[in-house]
Amino acid sequence: MAVSVRIPVLLRAVTGGAGEVSAEGRTVAELIDNLEARYPGIKARLYDEEGQLRRFINIYVNAEDIRFLRGADTPLKDGDEVSIVPAIAGGLAPVRRCGRGG
Amino acid sequence: MSFVKGLRCRECGRTYPVSPVYVCDACFGPLEVQYDYPALRSHISRERIEGGPPTMWRYRDLLPVETEEPVDLGAGFTPLVRARNLGRVLGLRELYIKNDAVNPTYSYKDRVVSVAVTKALEFGFDTVACASTGNLSGSVAAHAARAGLPCYIFIPADLERGKVVGTLIYGPTLVAVRGTYDQVNRLSTEIADRYGWAFVNINLRPYYSEGAKTLAFEVIEQLGWEAPDHVVVPVAGATLISKLIKGYQEAYQLGLVDRLRTKISAAQPAGCCPVVDAIRRNLDHPEPVRPNTLARSLAIGNPADGYYAVKAVRTTGGYAEAVTDEEIVEGIKLLARTEGIFTETAGGVTVAALKRLVEQGKIGPDERTVIYITGNGLKTVEALEGRLELPYTIEPTLASFEGLVPALPKSA
Repeated sequence: MAVSVRIPVLLRAVTGGAGEVSAEGRTVAELIDNLEARYPGIKARLYDEEGQLRRFINIYVNAEDIRFLRGADTPLKDGDEVSIVPAIAGGLAPVRRCGRGG
Repeated sequence: MSFVKGLRCRECGRTYPVSPVYVCDACFGPLEVQYDYPALRSHISRERIEGGPPTMWRYRDLLPVETEEPVDLGAGFTPLVRARNLGRVLGLRELYIKNDAVNPTYSYKDRVVSVAVTKALEFGFDTVACASTGNLSGSVAAHAARAGLPCYIFIPADLERGKVVGTLIYGPTLVAVRGTYDQVNRLSTEIADRYGWAFVNINLRPYYSEGAKTLAFEVIEQLGWEAPDHVVVPVAGATLISKLIKGYQEAYQLGLVDRLRTKISAAQPAGCCPVVDAIRRNLDHPEPVRPNTLARSLAIGNPADGYYAVKAVRTTGGYAEAVTDEEIVEGIKLLARTEGIFTETAGGVTVAALKRLVEQGKIGPDERTVIYITGNGLKTVEALEGRLELPYTIEPTLASFEGLVPALPKSA
């Protein structure tokens, strides 16, 4: 089972210049662990000292922000596309919707 | 020449030379322009600024450009209007409107874009680009035309017609993306990585955002070199609010203003209020939301500088208010009918939030208050569809008019 992962320029030093790599994992967290095995150091770039995904990184599965899915536990299936994108800024936290009006 | 020292990560403090980078290598935090403040302090003065051009470029020493000839359509130095009528309605003795709806492309974005496109030329880019909810798109297209650069613009496909036309007229390549602004922004970040374009609000963001500081400097200068007590600011991606605080602080630090106690309050539509929500719930980082609001220019569910917006409100002792679509329309009408200023939906949000803050006693009747009106009403006429009185229609005869007179509202 393989998913494709788009790597931002900032992380390409770790992937030997590759902008897109193929990797495996049942969840986003597992995918990152597997990437770490191949590209040592990538995990430390994505997680902070407390083991949380960094606040200024956004991860998308098939163009959906994982904060709207199940965060690092978001399940992956064959053929999914994962994008790692600098957030420029912006928080990482569980999702809550704003209602219209009120 | 400039007083720029370099770029610095707002999170971990790592420094970078002046270059088109926008994110810290180490922690992905956003980068910010650093100036040589001691040198600036001995160079800058109220008199020097007052002798400058009647545009935002009178504050050139506080902007991160090297050239003496910026890409300039005449943005900035817009009117600060004393709003006696609106003040009377709301119960404020000293209320002002900073009317940025009268910029060259009718929104405050001309300030940030003028800096960004100037910087794009300095860095040697041959193409500019942006992701936009509609105000930025027109501004980037216009400044690109002025600079003679090709331009690619990415917008959500459902934008208001006035904003689409107001962009296309300048001849950019306009790409309408079937998705929300947040999706357009994510796509644009990936495109920026792949193509060597100057995305003004992505890879030029540290420079771009500095232009927003001029909205602080101008208000101070126009108040006779005094800072207001309270400002109310619309929040979308949060560039403006997070740079306003920097602008007010710089003005104080450089001695342009003697006293600073300006509270900064944030205004958002209830259908997209991640910053207001974070402040209410005492969170540091706004949680992303899916926008559903009439105020398309504020429909950013994952604001790039949301964290800094929360910080700006908290550190200045300001407040945050979210208002309904109904209140937005009433806010637009109230501003137009009391002060003769027609603003877009974002301005309706700001006026409505001001009203709430006054009603709740969070802005006192004697506070010298400024609201930032950042965009022009003619861009979002759809928002008023079915919400205004219809015109009377008559035949071109005096008899026809006289037949109508009994039905007309009485003149005074």
